[in-house]
Amino acid sequence: MLDQTKAGAIFERAKKFCSVPELEIIFYSNNSALTRFANNTIHQNVSESNEIASIRVAFDGKTARATTNRFDDESLKRAVQSAENIAKVQEPDSERLPLATAQETEDDKQAETAKGNSRPTRCFEQTASITPAERADAVGEIVAIAKKHSLTTAGIYSSSGSAEAIVNSNGLSAFHRQTSAEVSITMLAESSSGWQKANSPDVNNLDPARLAEIAAQKARDSQSPLELAPGKYTVVLEPAAVLDLVGFMFWDFGGLAILDQRSFLNNRIGTKLFGENVTIMDDVHHPLQSGAPFDGEGARRQRVSLVENGVIKNLVYARGTAAKMLKSEHAGKVGAVAPTGHGFPLPNEIGEAPMNIVFLTPGGEHTVDEMIAGTERGVLITRLWYIREVDPYEKMLTGMTRDGTFLIEGGKVKQGIRNFRFNQSLIALLSNVAAMGQAVRASGEEAFDMVVPAMKVRDFNFTEVTRF
Amino acid sequence: MKHIADWALNTANQRGAGYADVRIVDDRHRALATKNGKVGHAGSSESLGIGVRVLVDDSWGFASTDDLSRESVERTAAQAVEIARASSTVKEEPVRLAPEPAVKIEWSTPYKIDPFTTSIEQNLDLLISIDRELLAVKGVTLAESNLHLGRYEQWFFSTEGSEIHQTKMITGAGFAAYSFQGTEIQKRSYPNSFGGQYQTKGYELIDELQLVENARRIGEQAVALHSAPQCPQGVMSLVLDSSQLGLQIHESIGHPIELDRVLGMEANFAGTSFLTLDKLRTLRYGSDIVNVVADATEAHGPGLGTFAFDDEGVAAQCTPIITNGLFTGYISSRETAHTIGENRSNGTMRAEGWNRIPLVRMTNISILPGEKPLTFDQLIAGTDDGIFVQTNRSWSIDDKRYNFQFGCEIGWEIKGGKLGRMLKNPSYSGITTEFWNSMDAICSRDQWTLWGTPNCGKGQPMQTMGTGHGASPARFRDVKIGTAYAKSN
Repeated sequence: MLDQTKAGAIFERAKKFCSVPELEIIFYSNNSALTRFANNTIHQNVSESNEIASIRVAFDGKTARATTNRFDDESLKRAVQSAENIAKVQEPDSERLPLATAQETEDDKQAETAKGNSRPTRCFEQTASITPAERADAVGEIVAIAKKHSLTTAGIYSSSGSAEAIVNSNGLSAFHRQTSAEVSITMLAESSSGWQKANSPDVNNLDPARLAEIAAQKARDSQSPLELAPGKYTVVLEPAAVLDLVGFMFWDFGGLAILDQRSFLNNRIGTKLFGENVTIMDDVHHPLQSGAPFDGEGARRQRVSLVENGVIKNLVYARGTAAKMLKSEHAGKVGAVAPTGHGFPLPNEIGEAPMNIVFLTPGGEHTVDEMIAGTERGVLITRLWYIREVDPYEKMLTGMTRDGTFLIEGGKVKQGIRNFRFNQSLIALLSNVAAMGQAVRASGEEAFDMVVPAMKVRDFNFTEVTRF
Repeated sequence: MKHIADWALNTANQRGAGYADVRIVDDRHRALATKNGKVGHAGSSESLGIGVRVLVDDSWGFASTDDLSRESVERTAAQAVEIARASSTVKEEPVRLAPEPAVKIEWSTPYKIDPFTTSIEQNLDLLISIDRELLAVKGVTLAESNLHLGRYEQWFFSTEGSEIHQTKMITGAGFAAYSFQGTEIQKRSYPNSFGGQYQTKGYELIDELQLVENARRIGEQAVALHSAPQCPQGVMSLVLDSSQLGLQIHESIGHPIELDRVLGMEANFAGTSFLTLDKLRTLRYGSDIVNVVADATEAHGPGLGTFAFDDEGVAAQCTPIITNGLFTGYISSRETAHTIGENRSNGTMRAEGWNRIPLVRMTNISILPGEKPLTFDQLIAGTDDGIFVQTNRSWSIDDKRYNFQFGCEIGWEIKGGKLGRMLKNPSYSGITTEFWNSMDAICSRDQWTLWGTPNCGKGQPMQTMGTGHGASPARFRDVKIGTAYAKSN
């Protein structure tokens, strides 16, 4: 596994082959394993070891990148020369900034400590050292639960250790290491299914047996599903369903999305777009978050308040985007403008995005059971699937429910129902939140992991029903 | 590379593997993109590594590494065996591989111009010229162009004696124009969304696409969409352009015919399939004129699913999937072939790279063109009342592949056999088999294009794969139009 010393040594060797003033290398190192099961059998079981050096050169307003997983002199030289060749033929871009300096990535640990914010570790030896036999044992336990309920199961149990570093010729050097364990379980009955998923840097935070029991219960409770007519329903969205929906809007919270006029927030920053009870931060340091505390240029990731009581407050910025925004017609209309440490590796067309989303719940917290108990007629949604954007400015999304969709009647879960297609505006959804749960670390399939609550939402728009 | 593979195969054998195969892959790319006439992404990449797949005690194990030293390769093979032994502790049925003859062969993509011999300056000039044309249109607020070149070289070795060396060249390019006005963002892409057109071809593809020549027209359409009327809602006739029909095939035929999905192997992530085994040769999938094949052979054309051998050493084949409307075939692997009574895989196992196992994947899943001559103009002339739609904008389908909804970038009214007004925000939805049974016309071979979809996701860990889809414009009757943008939403 990569360490900071090895990264520094490779950088020094690559520097010898570099004929231009500025050089940056981002390193990614990964040891991962994933045990996959279906039909109560481990049918795929894989591991991977890989290290990548992504080399960027910059000079005279030109920049380009070349990536290799070979670290011998010849390969490093080829990569550096490839980046130089791609950069040399470009027209100079007067807006390109010099590489970040060490000062820009300086740890804010002292300031954070003063505020009482401790930096959680995200690296756990027990997670990094999980063996194939231990993963198989955990899967065996999940399969046993499936059989106990006369179900079949499919899913994954994975574990990984990874490291990320960035080193540049301005003296910047940053390093991050973390581990991750993840379990995802589908339980299948004749006419129904149930699903649960969780991940954590610390494998001790995962309880596969508990997740298997919940998924099994959902599969059993949703058998012989009823077909309901499409229409507007009050829905209770479990956290994974919330995550997969709201994930579609955060790409629009980057400054470059506004400058490119491809964001649904164009002309809407500072307005109250969502309900009073919606407040959203981006916070890499949150105890339930994960990821490196620096961005693709090595700049320190800062906490940013994105939405406060329904009002769009701030965007996130890469260094270059902040400079462009300050010179643009939008400056003064988009909240605070300064680099926030959310840039992607350069060069790119996307700019930046907040990737460590945390929902705050100032309106009070309710359990999912309380939300159901307070619903006369509605739909409980475990998971959503194949969500796509239908209208980028109204943030209209379509998608399907999946793996545990239930009719709520008289404050109780009555029975499983056939899966619905929805066409739902995110703006309308976040304006119709009737209740929220405790924000938890949630994991879905359509968006990056976030800290989000379950939500009870009025007038959720189902437009069609499928055959199961 | 054989000596490296032998280190792995010998280690696997010595440790008790009943079968093992090795793929060593050297994967190289050049990716360039421009935005509003300035360089956006500009980079190259190369990745070399080895993946070792073993069967031990009738269960699978796989391990991979980027370190090709002897010590590392032998350690990786031993790790694959250890993983397979762990797999064998949780199993219901043993893995049974359909037999496959050993082969020794070299193959590479036919091409005229090696894309990596073209200069970066030439590549960037092209993209900047496209952006310039797009930005010349008043109202275009964002212009994006991209070009992708790939060279994927793989050496496959197995304990059964196969030695297969294949090199695939991939070329792709396209552009998009965005226009933001008031409360609306409109977009037009060319020649297709998802980054354009991709084929296993050389740089000659770029000239064929006539990108600069089409830029201004596409930019003008993006702006004109703001003042176009909203596509109406209702049940009516629908004509799809060939790229949208390609995506329709991908989602509502290509995925449901994957035999691993049918057997439940993807139930946790990609989902299962409505095409249960009892439907083979009994289900009327489409109307009599619907004929679909899974064809990975060179004869089918330069699709992203064209190769000589798949990633478990099975020769490329052409499998009839839908024959005169009847469902006649799945795409399979050596492990799954026996479940449909076949004694041979039809050769569709494909891996994203050295660090991923092969999965059952679409090759080129194509609808055959109509046998009778039918031009696009004739197809429209034969349609009294309906909608013609072009270029996908959104796509969604349920996890058994019944209910779908697609949105397109642009639509056109069809009245009295003629194309009429431009329509914005067209969408349509339906149930897979009902939709294919409503197809009553398809254009002939001269209108047929083999589209490339470079971004098909499947598997855990996720793998991205390129697939091919040949299609001609076609007409469907009594289709539900416009639900996605209904005012009640």
